[in-house]
Amino acid sequence: MNFVLSPADKAFQQEVQVFLAENLTSEMRRGQRLTTSSFTEPAVFTDWQRALHRRGWVAPAWPKEHGGPGWTPMQRFIFEMECGLAGAPNLIPMGLNMVGPVIMKFGSPAQKALYLPRILSGEDYWCQGYSEPGAGSDLASLSTRAIRDGDDYVVTGTKIWTTHAHHANRMFALVRTADSPRPQDGISFLLLDMKSPGIDVRPIITIGGDHEVNQIFFDGVRVPVANRIGEENKGWTYAKYLLEFERGGSFRAPRLRQQLTHLRALIDGTQGYFVGSSSSGIAARLSMIEIDIDALTVMQLKILADVQSGHNPGSMSSVVKLCVSSIRQAISSVAVDALGQNALIWEEQRPLHDLRHERVLPAELLAIMPAYLDGRANTIAGGTSEIQYDIIAKRILGLS
Amino acid sequence: MAGPRWEGMLDLSLSEEQRLLEDVARRFFKEHYSAEQRNDIIVREGGWSDKVWKKFAELGWLGLRVPPEYGGQGLGMVEAGLVAGTLGEALVVEPLLISAVLASVLIDRLATPEQKSRYLPALTSGEQRFAVAICEPQCAHDLDQLATCAIRSDRGWQLSGCKSLVFGACKADLFLVISRLGSRADRSFGVFAVPALMSPEKTPYRTADRQQAAHLVFRDVRLPDDALLGSDQDNRAAIELALDATLVTMAWEAVGCMDALLAATIDYVSVRKQFGRTLSSNQVIRHRLAQMKVQIELARAAALHAALVIDRSDSIEAARAASGAKVKAGEAGRFVAEQAVQLHGGMGVTEELMIGSYFKRLMTLRLLFGSPDFHLERHVGLTARLKAGERPFP
Repeated sequence: MNFVLSPADKAFQQEVQVFLAENLTSEMRRGQRLTTSSFTEPAVFTDWQRALHRRGWVAPAWPKEHGGPGWTPMQRFIFEMECGLAGAPNLIPMGLNMVGPVIMKFGSPAQKALYLPRILSGEDYWCQGYSEPGAGSDLASLSTRAIRDGDDYVVTGTKIWTTHAHHANRMFALVRTADSPRPQDGISFLLLDMKSPGIDVRPIITIGGDHEVNQIFFDGVRVPVANRIGEENKGWTYAKYLLEFERGGSFRAPRLRQQLTHLRALIDGTQGYFVGSSSSGIAARLSMIEIDIDALTVMQLKILADVQSGHNPGSMSSVVKLCVSSIRQAISSVAVDALGQNALIWEEQRPLHDLRHERVLPAELLAIMPAYLDGRANTIAGGTSEIQYDIIAKRILGLS
Repeated sequence: MAGPRWEGMLDLSLSEEQRLLEDVARRFFKEHYSAEQRNDIIVREGGWSDKVWKKFAELGWLGLRVPPEYGGQGLGMVEAGLVAGTLGEALVVEPLLISAVLASVLIDRLATPEQKSRYLPALTSGEQRFAVAICEPQCAHDLDQLATCAIRSDRGWQLSGCKSLVFGACKADLFLVISRLGSRADRSFGVFAVPALMSPEKTPYRTADRQQAAHLVFRDVRLPDDALLGSDQDNRAAIELALDATLVTMAWEAVGCMDALLAATIDYVSVRKQFGRTLSSNQVIRHRLAQMKVQIELARAAALHAALVIDRSDSIEAARAASGAKVKAGEAGRFVAEQAVQLHGGMGVTEELMIGSYFKRLMTLRLLFGSPDFHLERHVGLTARLKAGERPFP
């Protein structure tokens, strides 16, 4: 067991720090800090993504042959850690972390050649068409239908909770191409052009006041068969692959630590506003969160060690997801309580980073209640906590 | 506000030697520490088996933290933690951590070379058994409220005070007594090596988890000069470090208890049937077990974190990490223990099963040397003392 960076890794860490100093602007950091929704707005991350792309660092998890930097898992950790600690904008994952790996693994040569570079450059902006009003946790029961007509599929149905569909020019979607005893066996993976006739994007406003997600209606949308990934009715397999690809996990702990550090600084720096913060209960809660972040960090590093030595960490990703989401919620929750009654003052402007004239409260404080409200989604999206408990019970504890 | 200064990482996989250490420990307890054997030790050997202690010495565990020049293995906190975990799984009653961690670190940090030569080899070989007197009835282990005092006399010291929860007091050869130097108003501390023969008044009792402990009363006990380990200067930090190291191994021990409890509970709910199906087929039960698992993993990670930090430095970060580990072990420990009892139904509240024994051990580990509330407050205080702008631990 070794608790010291190798000289090579230390040098790499310095390289990353230099890159951050030269390319991460205070405007970018401010934009990320004022992000109340779960995902960062393109106005905040686009320049950052471009800078990373120029350096060849935009897709740390991708294999070198497709444009990844060829880093070791340790280097990826260091990179994510430094970016997290520096408060760099979060890139959205739909292209880089979701459809990209699926195309790499299951796409045709033509699909790889067309889509992969455009994901890296940010020229294509992807959204994910998975959930439906009737199919959330039980995604396999989805019913948006794709019926074969010549060289096209004709898609009819609806998707919901589609993050940033209003920014996206492309969508990857799971659609039903057959009815079968096992619903998973009738699902295909399609790539759609968001400008296709028949696609209607309707905003859904969250309780935090943000327009992040949408409901999409497909009314006879024609999608070329050439835009299908792999074989018909094998879409579920491709979607499941993503879980394997992300097995190493994103290293969220440094970002959480930065959020907590920043909250402490905010409380200390704008004390007059944090009317709830003098109670010792708040200090204890902040310490408790920090203790959990320390533990989560070591947990993720242990998983990294397992991955590096060729072991499969199995469903520990479910444990991590639970811990990450509960820590995130704990931070937003203590922030609200510390801000006290001042958290009730509401700013309508969204996105908040566009607010140029602060009224009544500094913008960062106006972000606290919306972030808390929108943050309830952390234990719901990407597999609810209840589903994670089901997975842990079945796959880690071996309960049949 | 920051965590420990940290140059880097790290490979958190166990080395071969570490795996072996843990395997040997587990196998030893599996063969020599059944529930019946444990009960015998408690009832017939005063909770401290000569045979088991001899074996601990042979395995090198008594000298786990003792530097090699004094006959020990000079191993680190992770190794100590790995052994501690197996103690928890097996519900060992012998005060191994008190000797191998608390006593040995106190001596190693405070004593003169001559004193170390006198005490450490004897501790390592098991020739002399140590007990540590630190807690007091009115103040637990909090040094700021310690009432035991040692006043200088013409030929040494005069020690007075009342100590509680001195584990192994009835079988120890030597007490290490933590005392204020001077009067109640003085702020310096020291550790005295007091032979059991000079025995203070002893009131033995069992703790809730069936370990053997005692109250000790010292009434103007005269001690020679060199009963004090080291000098009378600047001892507080070393005492606190020894305690922090002990806390961390206690956290590992708690995780061992929790692992055993979860496994036993899974076995039980997978077999027990009501309403024509196993308890484990009910989602609420499955979720409860999964929640227990998540808490255990957090506690395990916190204990590992603290072990790694303490091995690297004695700084504020080490103390913070130790308190953090104690908080997690205490909170998770209580939750897991309570739920294990809950999921065993009526049987969980009886002495029939080992569940109750693990519960009581976890409560002991939660309360001894500071409950979660105490350590959370300590964590808050230590955090305030960290320099701003220090690079945080990842």
